[in-house]
Amino acid sequence: MKILVAVKEVAELAEQFDISGITIGEEYFQYDLNEWDSYAIEEAVQLNEAGLADEVVIATIGPERSEETIRTALAKGADRAVRVWDEALDDIEVLDLHGKVELLAAVVEHEEPDIVLTGVQAGDDQFGATGVALAERLEFGWAAVVNDLEVDSSGETISVRRELEGGIEELANVDVPAVLTIQTGINDPRYASLRSIRQAQRKEITTLSLEELGMNSSVVESPLELLGMAEPETEGTATYFEGEPEESASALASLLEGAGVVEI
Amino acid sequence: MSILVVAEHRDGDLRDVSFELLTAGVELASTLGDELHVAIINGDVDRFAAELNSEGVSAIHTIDHGDEFNHDVYCQIVSALCDRIDPSYVITPNSVNGLDYVPAVAQGLDLPLITNVVDVEHDGRLRATREMYGGKVETSVGTEAETALLMLRPGEWPTTHEPGDATVVSHEIEVDRDAVRSTVTGFDAVAADGIDISEAEFIVSIGRGIEDEDNLKLIEHLVDMTGGTLAASRPIVDNDWLPAHRQVGQSGKTVTPTVYLAIGISGAVQHVAGMKDSDIIVAINNDSNAPILDIADYAIVDDLFDVVPELIRECGGEPPGV
Ligand SMILES: Cc1cc2nc3c(=O)[nH]c(=O)nc-3n(C[C@H](O)[C@H](O)[C@H](O)COP(=O)(O)OP(=O)(O)OC[C@H]3O[C@@H](n4cnc5c(N)ncnc54)[C@H](O)[C@@H]3O)c2cc1C
Ligand SMILES: Nc1ncnc2c1ncn2[C@@H]1O[C@H](COP(=O)(O)O)[C@@H](O)[C@H]1O
Repeated sequence: MKILVAVKEVAELAEQFDISGITIGEEYFQYDLNEWDSYAIEEAVQLNEAGLADEVVIATIGPERSEETIRTALAKGADRAVRVWDEALDDIEVLDLHGKVELLAAVVEHEEPDIVLTGVQAGDDQFGATGVALAERLEFGWAAVVNDLEVDSSGETISVRRELEGGIEELANVDVPAVLTIQTGINDPRYASLRSIRQAQRKEITTLSLEELGMNSSVVESPLELLGMAEPETEGTATYFEGEPEESASALASLLEGAGVVEI
Repeated sequence: MSILVVAEHRDGDLRDVSFELLTAGVELASTLGDELHVAIINGDVDRFAAELNSEGVSAIHTIDHGDEFNHDVYCQIVSALCDRIDPSYVITPNSVNGLDYVPAVAQGLDLPLITNVVDVEHDGRLRATREMYGGKVETSVGTEAETALLMLRPGEWPTTHEPGDATVVSHEIEVDRDAVRSTVTGFDAVAADGIDISEAEFIVSIGRGIEDEDNLKLIEHLVDMTGGTLAASRPIVDNDWLPAHRQVGQSGKTVTPTVYLAIGISGAVQHVAGMKDSDIIVAINNDSNAPILDIADYAIVDDLFDVVPELIRECGGEPPGV
């Protein structure tokens, strides 16, 4: 059984930043492996270690910079990676769902995995749609927001738990091949050791352009447009306790006492 | 043209988000001068249709293919219904089940999808407001497309409605069983052993700002000194530092204490969903831009490792060395 994990390098915004027009300066960003994807990678690697899978391939759509993140994913135990990028993607503000799905689908059709794992959402743009749309495109089974999974012995179905709202879980069986979107907390993602990071340098990252995927730039044309960007207007009415920690803590203690929840 | 709202229910009840979508649908339909249609799939469809029948709704479409949600069935039915009634915008919930079928509808029908929407306007083209970067930035996303799917974030629209006189239409829609690749086999509730944080008067809630499991003893000490109840945001529970029944938020508990003290918690929407109705919200966070500060009544913008020890002292204790 082969597992493909779709991995995104996400942008994390600094505490203080400036918006000019509809962009934020590069200097305010740091890049990291998407939190949800680290759980998806761990899940795939554990299936591999349990002998249920024999290869774990990372697929990403990202610029050259993202190779650092991909190395981290490889150091966590994935076997190799495929990175899709193209000049045509450089200037795109919102990479539309359908474009992204076409690119990932092309990789899936080439790799022919039995299971595709994605994160529930990308931490930066919080779209939350890629995995399920990809499954529909591929005519695979799917399940979204999975916090537990078990591949049955025949390898033909996967039993999953889907985490619904309010502490309720749905139990479902999904046909293989399948795409599952993985929720945080499903496992305990390992850290990449220095040794594994060194070893990961030797693992293969294949890069593919649109042309190499047999596509042209029309595939990433987006029906969506970014029209504005702003810091949310705070309707905030908070009273701030200021000063040295002794002072602010003292004011807070009085508040708690006044509210009748703490006796001092 | 018409606007189509797809309602959501679980375990025999319509979920609140269904009525929020109705509000958003009524607003958008009146802006555009369009009719508002509502779809209700599975369950006690006639009762649900009666509950959803409110002012501003022209037609309610009922489709009965079982009791509960199955994403394959929902996907096929919503897609077929879109073919039948040809709506302009389709309004769906950004719920966990919404995440499980709406992207597939968008993919199958090749329609633009905008998720996690918190506001919708139309001024010749559709403009949706959504957040990025953990709520630190709000973006306006537009589309010229005349048909699009929107997933609206729960909790953003009010739910008051007057009874209406929509026509209820029952549809027979064939489901292609070969394309049903999943079966729901049951439900389970997260074990709530012992303490129920939703009963607490004073909650001390800790988030990723605590950095390390060992540092939790600082917070536990504060809890001991104040008689508060310990709770947490999701990452703390994901790390197994605290059990699941301590988690506040969308997938955890909803709490309404007299005081909710959020320490090192950013205030992500899924967290806020579980604590926004607390009487007094207090935040300790060293990021003056953290979204939690927007909903806090009192705040200290400082390092929790400086403030919490002082707070323990104020309450007559001696902080543990961290
Ligand atoms: C489907 C779904 C369901 C979810 N359900 C839930 C849920 O039920 N509950 C929930 O909580 N989350 C839930 N989440 C996750 C949610 O989106 C956030 O990821 C999570 O709430 C973030 O937790 P946090 O605020 O502790 O961490 P972060 O967002 O990382 O915030 C940490 C905060 O600590 C502050 N900080 C750091 N160091 C210090 C310091 N020394 N002193 C003071 N402050 C400091 C930082 O400024 C930051 O604001 C869900 C997500 C999804 C997709
Ligand atoms: N650029 C990308 N490259 C590879 N995978 C991606 C990319 N964007 C999103 N994904 C996958 O889709 C999941 C959900 O992302 P999104 O739908 O963008 O919120 C992520 O956790 C990844 O697994």
